[in-house]
Amino acid sequence: MRVFRLQVNGDPLDVAAPEHWSLLEVLRYRLGLTGSKQGCDKGDCGACTVLIDGTPTLACLALPATLEGKDITTIEGLRPLHQKAGGQGVDPVQDAFDRCGALQCGFCQPGMILSTKALLSDNPDPSRREIQDALAGNLCRCTGYTQIFQAVELVADEVAGREPRKPAWAQAREQEIAAASPKEEPFQPEHGGQA
Amino acid sequence: MAARDQHGPGAPWGKDFHVVGHAQRKVDAMAKATGEAVYTDDIQLPGMLHAKMLRSPHAHARIVSIDTSKAEALPGVHAVLVGSELPIKYGVIPWTPDETALAVDKVRFIGDEVAAVAAVDEDTAQAAVELIEVEYEILDAILDPEQALVTPEPAIHEDRKRRDNISKHVDLSFGDVDAQVAEAAVVIEEDYEFSSNTHTAIEPHCAVAQLGADGRLTLWSATQITHYVHRAIARVLELHPARVRVVQPCLGGAFGGKSDPFSLEFVVSKLAMKTGRPVKMLWTREEVFYAHRGRHAMKMHYRTTATANGMITGVDAKLLIDGGSYSSFGLVTTYYSGQLLTGPYDFPNYRFDSTRVFTNKPPCGPKRGHGSVQPRFAFEVQLDEVAHRLGIDPIEIRRRNFLGDHTTTVNGQRITSNGFLECLDAVEKASGWKERHGKMPFGRGLGVAGSMYISGTNYPIYPNKMPQAGIQIKVDRSGLVTVFTGGNDIGQGSNSMVAYLVAEELGIRPRDVRVVAADTDLCPVDLGAYSSRVTFMVGNAAIDAARKLRKQITESVASHWATAPSEVRMINGVVIDLQDPDRTMSQREAFHLAEEAHDTLGSTGSYNTPTLGGDYRGGSIGASPAYSFTAHIAEVEVDPETGRITVDKVWVAHDCGRALNPTIVAGQIEGSTYMGAGEVVLEEHTMNRFGLHQGPSLLDYRIPTSLDTPDIEAHMVESIDPEGPYGAKEAGEGPLHSTIPAIANAVHDAVGIRLRTLPFHPSKVLRALAEQKPAQEVQA
Repeated sequence: MRVFRLQVNGDPLDVAAPEHWSLLEVLRYRLGLTGSKQGCDKGDCGACTVLIDGTPTLACLALPATLEGKDITTIEGLRPLHQKAGGQGVDPVQDAFDRCGALQCGFCQPGMILSTKALLSDNPDPSRREIQDALAGNLCRCTGYTQIFQAVELVADEVAGREPRKPAWAQAREQEIAAASPKEEPFQPEHGGQA
Repeated sequence: MAARDQHGPGAPWGKDFHVVGHAQRKVDAMAKATGEAVYTDDIQLPGMLHAKMLRSPHAHARIVSIDTSKAEALPGVHAVLVGSELPIKYGVIPWTPDETALAVDKVRFIGDEVAAVAAVDEDTAQAAVELIEVEYEILDAILDPEQALVTPEPAIHEDRKRRDNISKHVDLSFGDVDAQVAEAAVVIEEDYEFSSNTHTAIEPHCAVAQLGADGRLTLWSATQITHYVHRAIARVLELHPARVRVVQPCLGGAFGGKSDPFSLEFVVSKLAMKTGRPVKMLWTREEVFYAHRGRHAMKMHYRTTATANGMITGVDAKLLIDGGSYSSFGLVTTYYSGQLLTGPYDFPNYRFDSTRVFTNKPPCGPKRGHGSVQPRFAFEVQLDEVAHRLGIDPIEIRRRNFLGDHTTTVNGQRITSNGFLECLDAVEKASGWKERHGKMPFGRGLGVAGSMYISGTNYPIYPNKMPQAGIQIKVDRSGLVTVFTGGNDIGQGSNSMVAYLVAEELGIRPRDVRVVAADTDLCPVDLGAYSSRVTFMVGNAAIDAARKLRKQITESVASHWATAPSEVRMINGVVIDLQDPDRTMSQREAFHLAEEAHDTLGSTGSYNTPTLGGDYRGGSIGASPAYSFTAHIAEVEVDPETGRITVDKVWVAHDCGRALNPTIVAGQIEGSTYMGAGEVVLEEHTMNRFGLHQGPSLLDYRIPTSLDTPDIEAHMVESIDPEGPYGAKEAGEGPLHSTIPAIANAVHDAVGIRLRTLPFHPSKVLRALAEQKPAQEVQA
């Protein structure tokens, strides 16, 4: 057992855990930050991805002793950080994932969202290939990645002030709606979850 | 085709609906995006113990003795459990209970569960597991399904009526296939092989059990079948079902891999009862590969006969299905392997002879597109061969053989809506098929395939006349509506679907609907998330319940306004008098009026399938209230130097009835297609000659990453089913099927080889190219 001094989501924390525990175990089972997921426990799936000084890192392969003095951001830290910076609601990446349908079972998405955050902070307008490269360490079994790519592109489009790109099916539906009732405004989903 | 819209004839979708058909938020997406959602392993209870499993190192062996004394003596160990403490057999299909929570007398595959330990932490539990001493008498292992077919001894299961290694045999014949051979213009007869692959949900199996001070057992489990687990736990642990509560927390993917009762669910329950402490067991990724229940390997022989203009006259199939070590859903798999092939084309004559055998390997079960993905691969490749032989365009031959809508298949399945032709049109147009098929440079090709799938079946697994899906609605004075459903949201969005339908029907916003799901204490029974039944069945139950409630509310408001109920309309949370649109009230005020008039508000709804299926033994297996239809076109690049196949793009059109939320439907179509593509080029769940898994990790068992996935373009065809909820059908499994043969057929278009054994590893491509060369030279 050892006491680690960690900086997690801006909080300085002393946490006691067995020396061989990974950062993932410390986050999940000592700090109760269960948003970081365990899908394989050996660095293959990326579900445990956290940001360490802004870099996507596999928490299941990171030893807490090596992380003292570094800034650790988990999925739980994103919304508070966004609000602290004066933003409303959730981080735009989190919001875009919902709007594009990228959240199916949701298990890989904390890692996927953090990898996306890191990508967009380095490269606010990535190409499709750059998105694929940046997310190659995060396995998703539900979406086929398509709606994840679209979510990343939606954030990039909105930051750039462009008309968001739309998938073929959405374009087809808009055309059909326009043909049926030309005056109707395109539907905008409402913000937020449950009342 | 059915009326385009039964909710206002001729009205296009999106016009009469305020919720359905529009992009909507998911009810649980924000909780998932922020890390707030609680999955099973996120549950921490005070005093909780951790459990680990001892697994068999042998593929087939008799257990002579187990000595747990050293494990029990280890400090920190609270209990050790062995098979004799949980001897009652179970299985998801009540007719084939052949599993025990822990091996009682025999182990049947490498990884079979033998014993379990509960201790203060995982490290201690694992250390104790390693101290358990088991003496085995090793038996001959049967690993090859052909060998299992002809080797009755040693029987992998010894106490069945039949003493052999045949799990299930189905032989059904409709019409006379043999009589067609002499008349046929073309007869294609080939062998096809489908290797096993597995679900690989990113969340491993996990379960937590707690015995409450009131003597009631609660089990939280990563399951997609809460109701069946509830029944199994009560039976195996010999508890009254009313003393057992099963809860499915947020679930990290399933795809059929969590639709059996699993060993760990019984083990944590028993350990919680033995220790009086909450107990958790989380399986490692390696253990998930042993739990498996994935796609059955199949060896398939198909013979298709057709006329000179490409009309199919008969299809004859013989299938050998490798079931692995236990029955699981195998009885159904064996039927599905034949019963679900009889569309979207008209088969005048059809026969299938399917045999599922036991082998000493991890048990196979239902993976997305249960039992019908493998035959679909074989048949669609064969149909392509028929088209090629006759010089007919592969899309055209599929059109010519179209089954039609509102008809009956050769095996007696009732077909309602059928948008398959529109699916073909959509992918043909989107892919530029006419300009490009057969005309691209060597190494690049396009291939097409079609398929159909069920929206649930009328076979309720255990015979009963109660509803297959139930819904309860509670209305709160705050304006909130809470819906209780036994449906399992496994990521496909069924909780959101329920919220949309209740909101649509009541005329309120989805955000004012809270969904409580998959908790056997709180929710009415739904049979579970399998066979693509949830949207169809739970959706219809939700509309049923909400419609009754809407009647009470509108009548109450009408009485208050002294107008007719037909003049009262709720839209987006506002109640309007259609005669006097300035007269409105909020949903909350309306709920208060209704509560004054009707006392505490609540409503129930349910769904049961109509009587369906052919009038023969097994005729109801695969009988669905509605079938979905899909067409895929794949574009591939085949590198003749390396043998590597790259799936560049897949166009897929799926007839989902009505797209209740098009964003979610698109996600299901894309996810299915991606999963199918992985099965073609990457995934193979294989054992070595000792029965040892070749690589039970996500590094060795490769699923497509963001770099491997094809560019997928989804299209929706909305045939509006007359019986579906607002016309909806399934979307979660159908769009996997034809991905695989579309890619296979594209490979033929690209380089002229017919690959009939999955997966298409580069070595197979190179071998086929090498075999093709001399043949071409001979022709030349």
